[in-house]
Amino acid sequence: MTPLTAGSSFKAPPERHRPIDWAKVLAHIILIAGSIMFLMPFIYVLSTSLKTAGDVYTFPPEFIPDPIAWENYPEALTAMPFDVFFLNTILLALGRIIGLTLSCSLAGFAFAKLRWRGRNTLFFVVLLTLMIPVEVTLIPRYILFSKLGWVGSFAPLLVPGFFAENAFFVFLFRQFFMTMGQDIIDAGRIDGCSFIGLFWRIIAPNAKPVFAVVAIYIIQNNWNSFLLPMIYLTDRAKYTLALGLRLFNEQYYSQTHLLMAASVFVVIPIVILFFFMQRYFIQGVVFTGSKG
Amino acid sequence: MARPKKSQENPGFATFSCSLKNCPVVSSLWWKGLGGYSLNLIFKPKRLSFWESLNAWIFVAPWILGFIFFTGGPILASFVISFTEWDIVNPPVWTGLGNYALMLSDPLFFQSLKVTTIYALAAVPLQIVVGLFIAILLNTKIRLIGVYRTLFYLPAVLPIVSVAVMWRWILSRDWGLINWFLSVFGVYGPGWLSEPEWALPALILMSLWGVGSGMLIYLAGLQGIPTDLYEAAKVDGAGAWASFFYVTLPMISPVILFQLVVGLIAAFQVFAQPFIMTQGGPQNSTLFYLLHLFRNAFEFFRMGYASALSWVLFLYIAVLTLLIFRFSAAWVFYEGEIKNE
Repeated sequence: MTPLTAGSSFKAPPERHRPIDWAKVLAHIILIAGSIMFLMPFIYVLSTSLKTAGDVYTFPPEFIPDPIAWENYPEALTAMPFDVFFLNTILLALGRIIGLTLSCSLAGFAFAKLRWRGRNTLFFVVLLTLMIPVEVTLIPRYILFSKLGWVGSFAPLLVPGFFAENAFFVFLFRQFFMTMGQDIIDAGRIDGCSFIGLFWRIIAPNAKPVFAVVAIYIIQNNWNSFLLPMIYLTDRAKYTLALGLRLFNEQYYSQTHLLMAASVFVVIPIVILFFFMQRYFIQGVVFTGSKG
Repeated sequence: MARPKKSQENPGFATFSCSLKNCPVVSSLWWKGLGGYSLNLIFKPKRLSFWESLNAWIFVAPWILGFIFFTGGPILASFVISFTEWDIVNPPVWTGLGNYALMLSDPLFFQSLKVTTIYALAAVPLQIVVGLFIAILLNTKIRLIGVYRTLFYLPAVLPIVSVAVMWRWILSRDWGLINWFLSVFGVYGPGWLSEPEWALPALILMSLWGVGSGMLIYLAGLQGIPTDLYEAAKVDGAGAWASFFYVTLPMISPVILFQLVVGLIAAFQVFAQPFIMTQGGPQNSTLFYLLHLFRNAFEFFRMGYASALSWVLFLYIAVLTLLIFRFSAAWVFYEGEIKNE
């Protein structure tokens, strides 16, 4: 920018805006193009779900349906008991939230804040189990549950939750509790508070964010979960949304508009949850990858 | 006696001892936060109260029981079952190494191994490159970063069954979005899911839609790089490329390593996509390992053979992970580590 001379000071001030940062403009262009590419599949599916059966198969595709076939949704959702699937999914999520947050947070508390022999060894085992792929325990667990007569019920999906099945959550709670000062524990002990009291009155109320992160994680996993429910839930009345959608996909293979309506329906609760709880979703992911 | 200070309770990169870190298993665990654990070895608690120990064991009891019945026990059981022929209904028959020998004559085993390995080798590096690329763009102190972050991350939270159903339509040959997009450029797109040579590439392409969670992790890593490193690089005359190669990449390399391992393990657990979209076809071109295992276990009820398959996969993943860690020393940089080459 040229320096102002004294004589020019009475004139209108020179252009004040900063020089255009072309790197940022380029970044915006790429990001906008990328966002469109990421959004397009969703928009395409949404528009298909609102088309009449005859309008679906057009090329090039029309993105704004005309007429808008709202009736696809009631039609798709009553073709199969999606309300039952929805309730089942919620029920499973709630059961797993209760079981996993209780058992994992207590274990995390013991690993983080209590002093006992064997703590380090056992925590090492917790970390080792993080690396075990699902396949390895899939078959023996199935055999165990089938011998117990639990196949066909929610039990194989719910019961392990009460036994801190998810090592990652134990680790997550432990890491979070580690950041809370030991003084708080010592002070509580001096005041004669029991350990469970310490957990319940001091640790848990101060660790609400991590409980929220874990709960969100569980809901999302539960919505996502497919292989395990498919193995254990043999009765259609116990199907989750994922299983129901898969069945719908088989039976309404050629009715794309209904199929898309059903799949949008399955996705919507998670999208809503995501928009309201985005912070917790992101915290959970970031914690997975970067917290040392 | 000094209680560990707050910073020591949750140590950063520098505090972890160097000799231990060279061991692949330990260094991977360290990523999962073994930092605190290693310090407990140094700052041994002085006295242990019986009451405290008892409480601790009670709190950990559910996890211990869960480990015995749902993780550790099943792993051992699966190893034993892999030496038998068992359909659950009839008593198991000991066949020794029979299942493992059977595997060598099972063309579908090699096919599924090949498909899954190709997928892992293609999808995981692609996800890393695309995820890192978006993260770097978002890290340029840009406006609307929250909006972009939401848009790129959203597909990653969607349930996989829905995504599979949706993409079967998006990839459809005559009416799909992808082929419409290609037709704009005058390209006549293939039948993505119906032609053997295109089905696997289609699934790899689809996996990039879920790149958002990796992107978030890179973004967090990038934002943790101290700005004075970039300033120092600038003073030394580094341009944008040089500061990317000599500052950004080394500083983010532990995160890339972590994503590589996590992505690899995830790639070997792909199931719903081929199950719903292609049923492993056409001509077994998308017969993923877990799909093959699932069919043996739950369609043919060959529990012994499926257990053998699961153990081979377990070992395969373990060997690949060890190899990655073995060669990671050459390209992964840990802050606070002094390289003596």
